Amino acid sequence: MNKDMKILVVDDFSTMRRIIKNLLRDLGFTNTSDADDGQTAWPMLKSGSYDFLVTDWNMPGMTGIDLLKAVRADPDLASLPVLMVTAEQKKEQIVEAAQAGVNGYIVKPFTAITLKEKIDKIFERIENAK
Amino acid sequence: MSEAKQINEQTLSLAKEYVGHLEAGDSEAADNTLAELTDIRESQLFNELGRLTRDFHETLNSFSSDERFATLAQDDIPDARERLNYVITKTSDAAHKTLNAVEDALPLCETLEDSLVSLNSEWEKFLSKEMKPQEFRNLSLVIKDFFNSSGKDIRVVRNNLNDILMAQDFQDITGQIIKRVITLVSEVENNLVELVKLGSNLGIKNDANKKKEENDTAEAENLAGPQVPGLESDTIVASQDDVDDLLSSLGF
Repeated sequence: MNKDMKILVVDDFSTMRRIIKNLLRDLGFTNTSDADDGQTAWPMLKSGSYDFLVTDWNMPGMTGIDLLKAVRADPDLASLPVLMVTAEQKKEQIVEAAQAGVNGYIVKPFTAITLKEKIDKIFERIENAK
Repeated sequence: MSEAKQINEQTLSLAKEYVGHLEAGDSEAADNTLAELTDIRESQLFNELGRLTRDFHETLNSFSSDERFATLAQDDIPDARERLNYVITKTSDAAHKTLNAVEDALPLCETLEDSLVSLNSEWEKFLSKEMKPQEFRNLSLVIKDFFNSSGKDIRVVRNNLNDILMAQDFQDITGQIIKRVITLVSEVENNLVELVKLGSNLGIKNDANKKKEENDTAEAENLAGPQVPGLESDTIVASQDDVDDLLSSLGF
Protein backbone atom coordinates (compact mmCIF):
# COMPACT_ATOMS: atom_id res chain seq x y z
CA MET A 1 0.00 0.00 0.00
CA ASN A 2 1.34 3.40 -1.02
CA LYS A 3 1.55 5.67 2.04
CA ASP A 4 1.73 8.74 -0.21
CA MET A 5 -1.65 8.03 -1.80
CA LYS A 6 -4.03 10.95 -2.04
CA ILE A 7 -7.01 10.60 0.28
CA LEU A 8 -10.20 12.68 0.39
CA VAL A 9 -12.12 12.74 3.68
CA VAL A 10 -15.78 13.87 3.40
CA ASP A 11 -17.85 14.62 6.51
CA ASP A 12 -20.13 17.53 7.41
CA PHE A 13 -18.69 17.69 10.95
CA SER A 14 -15.29 19.37 10.94
CA THR A 15 -14.32 17.60 14.17
CA MET A 16 -14.90 14.20 12.56
CA ARG A 17 -12.85 15.25 9.51
CA ARG A 18 -10.00 16.27 11.81
CA ILE A 19 -10.22 13.04 13.81
CA ILE A 20 -10.14 10.90 10.66
CA LYS A 21 -7.27 12.93 9.16
CA ASN A 22 -5.30 12.64 12.40
CA LEU A 23 -5.90 8.90 12.54
CA LEU A 24 -4.82 8.58 8.92
CA ARG A 25 -1.67 10.59 9.65
CA ASP A 26 -0.97 8.26 12.55
CA LEU A 27 -1.21 5.36 10.08
CA GLY A 28 1.34 7.11 7.85
CA PHE A 29 -1.03 8.72 5.34
CA THR A 30 -0.20 12.42 5.20
CA ASN A 31 -1.52 13.32 1.75
CA THR A 32 -5.09 14.04 2.82
CA SER A 33 -7.69 16.65 1.90
CA ASP A 34 -11.22 17.14 3.14
CA ALA A 35 -14.66 18.33 2.04
CA ASP A 36 -17.85 19.01 4.01
CA ASP A 37 -20.32 17.24 1.73
CA GLY A 38 -20.73 15.40 -1.57
CA GLN A 39 -21.25 18.59 -3.56
CA THR A 40 -17.92 20.04 -2.41
CA ALA A 41 -16.20 16.68 -2.80
CA TRP A 42 -17.37 15.96 -6.35
CA PRO A 43 -15.33 18.63 -8.24
CA MET A 44 -12.32 17.77 -6.06
CA LEU A 45 -12.62 14.10 -7.01
CA LYS A 46 -13.11 14.94 -10.68
CA SER A 47 -9.96 17.08 -10.93
CA GLY A 48 -7.80 15.85 -8.07
CA SER A 49 -6.68 12.31 -9.04
CA TYR A 50 -7.49 10.89 -5.59
CA ASP A 51 -6.55 7.31 -4.69
CA PHE A 52 -8.98 6.76 -1.86
CA LEU A 53 -12.29 8.26 -0.65
CA VAL A 54 -13.47 8.16 2.97
CA THR A 55 -17.02 9.49 3.33
CA ASP A 56 -19.83 9.96 5.82
CA TRP A 57 -23.39 9.11 4.76
CA ASN A 58 -25.70 11.73 6.26
CA MET A 59 -24.64 15.16 4.99
CA PRO A 60 -26.57 18.18 3.76
CA GLY A 61 -26.33 19.00 0.07
CA MET A 62 -25.16 15.68 -1.35
CA THR A 63 -25.14 12.58 0.85
CA GLY A 64 -22.36 10.02 0.95
CA ILE A 65 -24.48 7.33 -0.72
CA ASP A 66 -25.23 9.68 -3.63
CA LEU A 67 -21.55 10.54 -3.85
CA LEU A 68 -20.70 6.82 -3.94
CA LYS A 69 -23.27 6.21 -6.71
CA ALA A 70 -21.91 9.18 -8.69
CA VAL A 71 -18.36 7.85 -8.32
CA ARG A 72 -19.34 4.38 -9.54
CA ALA A 73 -21.27 5.86 -12.48
CA ASP A 74 -18.32 8.00 -13.63
CA PRO A 75 -15.94 6.27 -16.05
CA ASP A 76 -12.88 8.11 -14.63
CA LEU A 77 -13.69 7.39 -10.99
CA ALA A 78 -15.55 4.06 -11.14
CA SER A 79 -12.66 2.07 -9.68
CA LEU A 80 -11.88 4.51 -6.80
CA PRO A 81 -11.89 2.64 -3.46
CA VAL A 82 -14.56 4.07 -1.14
CA LEU A 83 -14.78 3.58 2.64
CA MET A 84 -17.96 4.70 4.36
CA VAL A 85 -17.65 5.93 7.96
CA THR A 86 -21.12 6.67 9.30
CA ALA A 87 -23.53 6.57 12.24
CA GLU A 88 -26.12 4.90 9.98
CA GLN A 89 -26.63 1.44 11.43
CA LYS A 90 -29.77 0.29 9.63
CA LYS A 91 -29.28 -3.09 7.94
CA GLU A 92 -31.06 -1.93 4.79
CA GLN A 93 -28.69 1.04 4.55
CA ILE A 94 -25.61 -1.17 4.85
CA VAL A 95 -27.06 -3.43 2.14
CA GLU A 96 -27.78 -0.36 0.00
CA ALA A 97 -24.17 0.83 0.36
CA ALA A 98 -22.89 -2.66 -0.52
CA GLN A 99 -25.10 -2.78 -3.60
CA ALA A 100 -23.89 0.69 -4.61
CA GLY A 101 -20.35 -0.70 -4.58
CA VAL A 102 -18.82 0.47 -1.30
CA ASN A 103 -15.44 -1.12 -0.44
CA GLY A 104 -15.75 -0.89 3.35
CA TYR A 105 -18.28 0.22 5.96
CA ILE A 106 -17.41 1.52 9.44
CA VAL A 107 -20.04 2.54 12.00
CA LYS A 108 -19.44 5.47 14.34
CA PRO A 109 -18.17 5.64 16.99
CA PHE A 110 -15.17 3.69 15.73
CA THR A 111 -11.61 3.03 16.84
CA ALA A 112 -8.24 3.66 15.22
CA ILE A 113 -7.75 -0.12 14.99
CA THR A 114 -11.01 -0.58 13.05
CA LEU A 115 -9.99 2.14 10.61
CA LYS A 116 -6.59 0.51 10.06
CA GLU A 117 -8.12 -2.96 9.60
CA LYS A 118 -10.64 -1.79 7.02
CA ILE A 119 -8.09 0.22 5.03
CA ASP A 120 -5.65 -2.73 5.06
CA LYS A 121 -8.41 -5.07 3.91
CA ILE A 122 -9.56 -2.78 1.11
CA PHE A 123 -6.07 -2.42 -0.37
CA GLU A 124 -5.24 -6.09 0.19
CA ARG A 125 -8.25 -7.02 -1.95
CA ILE A 126 -7.29 -4.52 -4.62
CA GLU A 127 -3.72 -5.95 -4.66
CA ASN A 128 -5.05 -9.51 -4.89
CA ALA A 129 -7.42 -8.61 -7.70
CA LYS A 130 -4.55 -7.23 -9.83
CA MET B 1 -78.44 2.21 45.54
CA SER B 2 -76.23 3.65 42.82
CA GLU B 3 -77.69 5.69 40.00
CA ALA B 4 -76.65 3.19 37.36
CA LYS B 5 -78.19 0.27 39.28
CA GLN B 6 -81.38 2.20 39.82
CA ILE B 7 -81.58 2.96 36.08
CA ASN B 8 -80.93 -0.71 35.27
CA GLU B 9 -83.73 -1.91 37.56
CA GLN B 10 -86.06 0.69 36.19
CA THR B 11 -85.21 -0.37 32.62
CA LEU B 12 -85.66 -4.05 33.49
CA SER B 13 -89.06 -3.55 35.10
CA LEU B 14 -90.23 -1.42 32.17
CA ALA B 15 -88.99 -4.06 29.73
CA LYS B 16 -90.92 -6.78 31.60
CA GLU B 17 -93.97 -4.55 31.55
CA TYR B 18 -93.46 -4.03 27.79
CA VAL B 19 -93.31 -7.79 27.15
CA GLY B 20 -96.37 -8.25 29.32
CA HIS B 21 -98.31 -5.67 27.32
CA LEU B 22 -97.24 -7.26 24.04
CA GLU B 23 -98.25 -10.73 25.23
CA ALA B 24 -101.60 -9.34 26.38
CA GLY B 25 -102.00 -7.74 22.95
CA ASP B 26 -102.36 -4.26 24.44
CA SER B 27 -100.43 -2.28 21.82
CA GLU B 28 -101.28 1.16 23.20
CA ALA B 29 -99.92 0.32 26.66
CA ALA B 30 -96.87 -1.30 24.99
CA ASP B 31 -96.16 1.91 23.00
CA ASN B 32 -96.37 3.99 26.18
CA THR B 33 -93.92 1.68 27.99
CA LEU B 34 -91.57 1.77 25.02
CA ALA B 35 -91.67 5.60 25.10
CA GLU B 36 -90.74 5.54 28.79
CA LEU B 37 -87.82 3.19 28.03
CA THR B 38 -86.58 5.51 25.25
CA ASP B 39 -86.76 8.46 27.62
CA ILE B 40 -84.47 6.71 30.10
CA ARG B 41 -81.98 5.88 27.32
CA GLU B 42 -82.05 9.43 25.93
CA SER B 43 -81.54 11.09 29.28
CA GLN B 44 -78.50 8.82 29.83
CA LEU B 45 -77.07 9.83 26.45
CA PHE B 46 -77.66 13.52 27.17
CA ASN B 47 -76.01 13.17 30.54
CA GLU B 48 -72.98 11.51 28.97
CA LEU B 49 -72.78 14.07 26.19
CA GLY B 50 -73.11 16.84 28.74
CA ARG B 51 -70.28 15.41 30.81
CA LEU B 52 -67.97 15.11 27.78
CA THR B 53 -68.77 18.63 26.66
CA ARG B 54 -68.04 19.93 30.14
CA ASP B 55 -64.71 18.02 30.26
CA PHE B 56 -63.75 19.26 26.84
CA HIS B 57 -64.63 22.82 27.72
CA GLU B 58 -62.75 22.67 31.01
CA THR B 59 -59.65 21.13 29.45
CA LEU B 60 -59.59 23.64 26.62
CA ASN B 61 -60.02 26.44 29.16
CA SER B 62 -57.25 25.05 31.30
CA PHE B 63 -55.00 24.94 28.24
CA SER B 64 -55.70 28.51 27.21
CA SER B 65 -55.63 29.89 30.73
CA ASP B 66 -52.55 27.85 31.67
CA GLU B 67 -49.69 30.27 31.25
CA ARG B 68 -47.26 27.39 31.33
CA PHE B 69 -48.77 26.00 28.14
CA ALA B 70 -48.46 29.35 26.37
CA THR B 71 -44.88 29.78 27.58
CA LEU B 72 -44.03 26.32 26.32
CA ALA B 73 -45.04 27.16 22.77
CA GLN B 74 -43.86 30.77 22.65
CA ASP B 75 -40.65 30.72 24.65
CA ASP B 76 -39.50 27.32 25.78
CA ILE B 77 -39.49 25.48 22.45
CA PRO B 78 -37.48 28.17 20.61
CA ASP B 79 -35.33 28.40 23.74
CA ALA B 80 -34.69 24.64 23.61
CA ARG B 81 -33.67 24.96 19.96
CA GLU B 82 -31.15 27.61 20.96
CA ARG B 83 -29.86 25.47 23.79
CA LEU B 84 -29.35 22.50 21.52
CA ASN B 85 -27.54 24.68 18.99
CA TYR B 86 -25.35 25.84 21.81
CA VAL B 87 -24.59 22.22 22.67
CA ILE B 88 -23.37 21.73 19.08
CA THR B 89 -21.13 24.82 19.31
CA LYS B 90 -19.83 23.91 22.73
CA THR B 91 -18.97 20.32 21.84
CA SER B 92 -17.41 21.37 18.54
CA ASP B 93 -15.23 23.96 20.30
CA ALA B 94 -14.10 21.41 22.86
CA ALA B 95 -13.22 18.87 20.17
CA HIS B 96 -11.18 21.45 18.22
CA LYS B 97 -9.41 22.69 21.35
CA THR B 98 -8.47 19.11 22.19
CA LEU B 99 -7.36 18.32 18.64
CA ASN B 100 -5.25 21.50 18.49
CA ALA B 101 -3.49 20.55 21.71
CA VAL B 102 -2.83 17.01 20.45
CA GLU B 103 -1.59 18.23 17.06
CA ASP B 104 0.83 20.62 18.81
CA ALA B 105 2.12 18.07 21.30
CA LEU B 106 2.61 15.03 19.06
CA PRO B 107 5.56 16.41 17.02
CA LEU B 108 7.28 17.43 20.29
CA CYS B 109 6.94 13.88 21.59
CA GLU B 110 8.34 12.54 18.33
CA THR B 111 11.37 14.90 18.55
CA LEU B 112 11.94 13.89 22.15
CA GLU B 113 11.82 10.23 21.22
CA ASP B 114 14.24 10.73 18.29
CA SER B 115 16.72 12.60 20.53
CA LEU B 116 16.55 9.86 23.16
CA VAL B 117 17.23 7.14 20.58
CA SER B 118 20.26 9.01 19.23
CA LEU B 119 21.65 9.92 22.70
CA ASN B 120 21.20 6.33 23.82
CA SER B 121 23.37 5.00 20.98
CA GLU B 122 26.06 7.63 21.74
CA TRP B 123 25.94 6.70 25.41
CA GLU B 124 26.36 3.01 24.59
CA LYS B 125 29.44 3.98 22.57
CA PHE B 126 30.82 5.87 25.60
CA LEU B 127 30.14 2.98 27.99
CA SER B 128 31.90 0.49 25.72
CA LYS B 129 34.86 2.93 25.67
CA GLU B 130 34.68 3.46 21.93
CA MET B 131 34.44 7.22 22.23
CA LYS B 132 37.29 9.62 21.59
CA PRO B 133 37.77 12.59 24.00
CA GLN B 134 36.73 15.14 21.32
CA GLU B 135 33.59 13.09 20.55
CA PHE B 136 32.75 13.07 24.23
CA ARG B 137 33.12 16.85 24.46
CA ASN B 138 30.70 17.15 21.51
CA LEU B 139 28.31 14.71 23.17
CA SER B 140 28.31 16.70 26.39
CA LEU B 141 27.21 19.79 24.39
CA VAL B 142 24.46 17.76 22.68
CA ILE B 143 23.30 16.54 26.11
CA LYS B 144 23.23 20.13 27.41
CA ASP B 145 21.10 21.20 24.42
CA PHE B 146 18.84 18.22 24.98
CA PHE B 147 18.28 19.20 28.61
CA ASN B 148 17.33 22.70 27.53
CA SER B 149 15.04 21.80 24.62
CA SER B 150 13.39 18.75 26.20
CA GLY B 151 12.63 20.75 29.35
CA LYS B 152 10.93 23.40 27.22
CA ASP B 153 9.05 20.81 25.11
CA ILE B 154 7.84 18.84 28.09
CA ARG B 155 6.37 22.03 29.59
CA VAL B 156 4.46 22.63 26.31
CA VAL B 157 3.17 19.05 26.33
CA ARG B 158 2.13 19.45 29.94
CA ASN B 159 0.30 22.70 29.16
CA ASN B 160 -1.46 21.06 26.25
CA LEU B 161 -2.53 18.14 28.41
CA ASN B 162 -3.98 20.65 30.83
CA ASP B 163 -5.80 22.36 27.93
CA ILE B 164 -7.26 18.98 26.94
CA LEU B 165 -8.31 18.41 30.51
CA MET B 166 -10.00 21.79 30.68
CA ALA B 167 -11.70 21.37 27.31
CA GLN B 168 -13.70 18.51 28.79
CA ASP B 169 -15.75 21.00 30.79
CA PHE B 170 -18.18 21.03 27.85
CA GLN B 171 -19.61 17.76 29.18
CA ASP B 172 -20.88 19.37 32.37
CA ILE B 173 -22.44 22.34 30.58
CA THR B 174 -23.96 20.44 27.68
CA GLY B 175 -25.17 17.70 30.03
CA GLN B 176 -27.11 20.25 32.05
CA ILE B 177 -28.56 21.88 28.97
CA ILE B 178 -29.66 18.56 27.51
CA LYS B 179 -31.26 17.56 30.82
CA ARG B 180 -33.33 20.74 30.76
CA VAL B 181 -34.42 20.08 27.22
CA ILE B 182 -35.40 16.52 28.20
CA THR B 183 -37.58 17.93 31.00
CA LEU B 184 -39.19 20.32 28.56
CA VAL B 185 -39.85 17.54 26.05
CA SER B 186 -41.50 15.44 28.81
CA GLU B 187 -43.71 18.38 29.70
CA VAL B 188 -44.78 18.85 26.09
CA GLU B 189 -45.39 15.11 25.84
CA ASN B 190 -47.64 15.14 28.92
CA ASN B 191 -49.67 17.99 27.52
CA LEU B 192 -50.01 16.19 24.20
CA VAL B 193 -51.08 12.99 25.97
CA GLU B 194 -53.82 15.00 27.73
CA LEU B 195 -55.01 16.30 24.38
CA VAL B 196 -54.98 12.83 22.82
CA LYS B 197 -56.92 11.40 25.81
CA LEU B 198 -59.50 14.11 25.39
CA GLY B 199 -59.69 13.40 21.67
CA SER B 200 -60.19 9.67 22.23
CA ASN B 201 -63.02 10.36 24.70
CA LEU B 202 -64.73 12.32 21.96
CA GLY B 203 -64.38 9.43 19.51
CA ILE B 204 -61.54 10.83 17.36
CA LYS B 205 -59.17 8.12 18.52
CA ASN B 206 -59.05 6.53 15.09
CA ASP B 207 -57.80 9.73 13.54
CA ALA B 208 -55.06 9.98 16.12
CA ASN B 209 -53.97 6.40 15.38
CA LYS B 210 -54.01 7.09 11.69
CA LYS B 211 -51.79 10.15 12.22
CA LYS B 212 -49.35 8.04 14.22
CA GLU B 213 -49.12 5.53 11.37
CA GLU B 214 -48.50 8.35 8.90
CA ASN B 215 -45.72 9.69 11.13
CA ASP B 216 -44.15 6.24 11.36
CA THR B 217 -44.07 5.97 7.58
CA ALA B 218 -42.51 9.40 7.24
CA GLU B 219 -39.88 8.50 9.79
CA ALA B 220 -38.95 5.28 7.99
CA GLU B 221 -38.04 7.36 4.94
CA ASN B 222 -35.63 9.48 6.95
CA LEU B 223 -32.15 8.32 7.87
CA ALA B 224 -31.89 6.44 11.13
CA GLY B 225 -28.93 8.45 12.42
CA PRO B 226 -26.88 7.64 15.51
CA GLN B 227 -28.35 5.00 17.77
CA VAL B 228 -29.41 5.96 21.28
CA PRO B 229 -28.76 3.29 23.95
CA GLY B 230 -32.02 1.72 25.10
CA LEU B 231 -33.85 2.79 21.94
CA GLU B 232 -32.34 0.28 19.53
CA SER B 233 -34.53 -1.65 17.14
CA ASP B 234 -33.86 -4.96 15.42
CA THR B 235 -33.58 -3.30 12.02
CA ILE B 236 -30.22 -1.89 13.00
CA VAL B 237 -26.89 -3.55 13.63
CA ALA B 238 -25.44 -3.35 17.13
CA SER B 239 -21.72 -3.22 16.38
CA GLN B 240 -18.95 -3.13 13.80
CA ASP B 241 -18.81 -6.96 14.03
CA ASP B 242 -22.46 -7.13 12.93
CA VAL B 243 -21.69 -4.82 10.01
CA ASP B 244 -18.79 -7.09 9.02
CA ASP B 245 -20.99 -10.20 9.29
CA LEU B 246 -23.73 -8.60 7.21
CA LEU B 247 -21.25 -7.51 4.53
CA SER B 248 -19.54 -10.89 4.41
CA SER B 249 -22.96 -12.52 3.96
CA LEU B 250 -23.27 -10.27 0.90
CA GLY B 251 -19.98 -11.58 -0.48
CA PHE B 252 -17.64 -8.92 0.91
